[in-house]
Amino acid sequence: MTAVRISIDPVACEAYGYCAELLPEAIVLDEWGYPIVDGAPLPADLVALARRAVRDCPKRAITLTKKSAH
Amino acid sequence: MGNDVSQAPPRSAVHHLLGHPIDLAGHVDAHGPLVVALGHHDQWQQALTASLESSGLTGRGGGGFSSAAKLAMASAHGHGGTLVVNAMEGEPASDKDKVLLSRAPHLVLDGAQFLAAMCRARRIMVCVPVGRDGIAAAVEHAITERSAARYARVSELVVRPPDRFVAGEESALVSWIAAQRALPVFRPDKGTPLRRGKRPVLLHNAETLAHIALIARHGPERFLARGLVEEPGTSLVTLSGAVAQPGVVEVDRGTPLWEIVRRGTPVQPAQALLVGGYGGNWVGPEHFDTPYASISLRTIGASAGVGVIAVLGERSCGVAETAHIARYLAGQSSGQCGPCVFGLPAIADDLALLARGQADRGLMARLARRLDEVNGRGACRHPDGAVSLVRSALAVFAPDVAAHDRGEPCAHWRKPSSLPFPRPMAR
Amino acid sequence: MNSTVFWYVTRASGIVALVLLTVTMVLGLTTTARARARNWPGFAHQELHRRISMLSMVFLAIHILTSVLDTYVHIGWAAIVVPFTSSYSRFWVGMGTVAVDLMAAVFVSSLLRSRMKPGTWRGIHWLAYGCWPVALAHTFGLGTDAGEPWVIALGAACILAVGAALLWRVRVTTRRAAELSLASVESPPVGRHLVTSSAKGVRRGQ
Repeated sequence: MTAVRISIDPVACEAYGYCAELLPEAIVLDEWGYPIVDGAPLPADLVALARRAVRDCPKRAITLTKKSAH
Repeated sequence: MGNDVSQAPPRSAVHHLLGHPIDLAGHVDAHGPLVVALGHHDQWQQALTASLESSGLTGRGGGGFSSAAKLAMASAHGHGGTLVVNAMEGEPASDKDKVLLSRAPHLVLDGAQFLAAMCRARRIMVCVPVGRDGIAAAVEHAITERSAARYARVSELVVRPPDRFVAGEESALVSWIAAQRALPVFRPDKGTPLRRGKRPVLLHNAETLAHIALIARHGPERFLARGLVEEPGTSLVTLSGAVAQPGVVEVDRGTPLWEIVRRGTPVQPAQALLVGGYGGNWVGPEHFDTPYASISLRTIGASAGVGVIAVLGERSCGVAETAHIARYLAGQSSGQCGPCVFGLPAIADDLALLARGQADRGLMARLARRLDEVNGRGACRHPDGAVSLVRSALAVFAPDVAAHDRGEPCAHWRKPSSLPFPRPMAR
Repeated sequence: MNSTVFWYVTRASGIVALVLLTVTMVLGLTTTARARARNWPGFAHQELHRRISMLSMVFLAIHILTSVLDTYVHIGWAAIVVPFTSSYSRFWVGMGTVAVDLMAAVFVSSLLRSRMKPGTWRGIHWLAYGCWPVALAHTFGLGTDAGEPWVIALGAACILAVGAALLWRVRVTTRRAAELSLASVESPPVGRHLVTSSAKGVRRGQ
């Protein structure tokens, strides 16, 4: 089973916040508008929304990584 | 009993970095010629790797990784690259690399030659920041001696990156070499090699290379004869703060912290030690006898870092000093990542209020939340170091912190800092 | 097909494409990290920008096709991509072709975005800034309907909309740059900052 995780490039991120709008269950914004992710695998029903967030980010700062659970 | 690499009998049988001749002739006299295998490369490579591995040498630039392991990874990344001697030493409280380059440049350069031969690198770049012209001149003089005597194979040169705290971070230094932008790069997978174009770039701290030069020549035995069994060898440590004789000393790994401090002659009773650098940790008196070794320091939540021990005397304010350091670290952000750019100044603001005894009611909770939020959310470890430092301050100075929080700051907070800080530079 | 139909369709679809292009421009210009409208999520703004640009390309395709197929005036197939080669109204049709070329570049670069450096993509995307005035000039230069009052009113509205969005964008960007540089400014000499009040970094508002 592959675990899909959210990864944020902190250099590219400029706090547009679209990812947090689409995935409030997985992404919270800090007091300056930057996303906080906990690195846990995404529940399967959120993956489609996560892909949308990846497409919508104007800075391409959010990506999804797949890792197989051993 | 040396390994196959050395032929000349050594002059001193003890492993040490400081106290050797500075000039090339004296250096060859003391350590023998530089023998780097031209033929039989694989055999030589294996012998050197085995030496390094059994020596147990770990990096002296703050990371503390096994040098043998790091070398094994690097050898897999291709030939024709650049070997970088990282002498940036952005830490204001650290002087060891400066001292080493002034007093033993040939050791550092030899270490670079050995590694360059291992990885078939094509050039060696010694990174000395802008503003340290004396050090650069010393290294350049040594390089001139070496090339005049045709002493070494791989070409050596000195380059001058900007003098910023984060400019010595690995990816920032490579980014400067490749594109003149000394900014850390987001590297989620640290296993992928740093590159300049297609060629790999291999970085090592100057002190690590000096140790390698001695181990490669004389074998691992002398290194193993000093320090602890679990953590052998020596380290350079910079002492500062409330001591009469600040400066760089060479110590066996595993020496208790207070014994190291005694060599600098403390001038007042100490309320805490800052270990590892401005991104390191405060250590309280109950732990002053902790051995200076990663394994021991880790058990008290600290690490050797870049070889700094600063002494905080009784007549100073731990909260205020932490506030000064936090403000310095905030100003040294490379400005690329929001949590660092906005979070560190906010944390510094909170600490300044606390130091002045003007804390509002929500300050401690807010500070704790900000520390949690900033930690681990930058492209490099700069914010993490700041968080670690502040957290250790809140623990070690807990009674003071509580008093300051109540609006009853100690008498010492107004004093100028007893720690070294560079003068602010114009942008 | 009756030639007149093509003629009407090409003019109508051209106007629609211009309006949609204008809306795309306004949405693109107002995409910034700050300034969030209260009940309008930012991702919707971004997705709308993308979808309306696609829609404008659909109408553009209809406009191009019908203009070539129409026999009332002669515009060869080559004139779709090679500017200033049509025998009818060489200059103004050519302007339309330039706009098409620029839009094609923006479209293709967005498809291949993950394969290029961010700076390259951004540079190409800015070609869109050139595309819109060229399209506007093409519309009014050709003159077919340009005299009609409603067309003039539409054109004026488009210019006002883009102008306002551009001004707003410039203002927000300069303000944000000032904010960032304030947050990372070198502080007063470290010893002194505790005794005087420290300069507060500017927070980003919501």
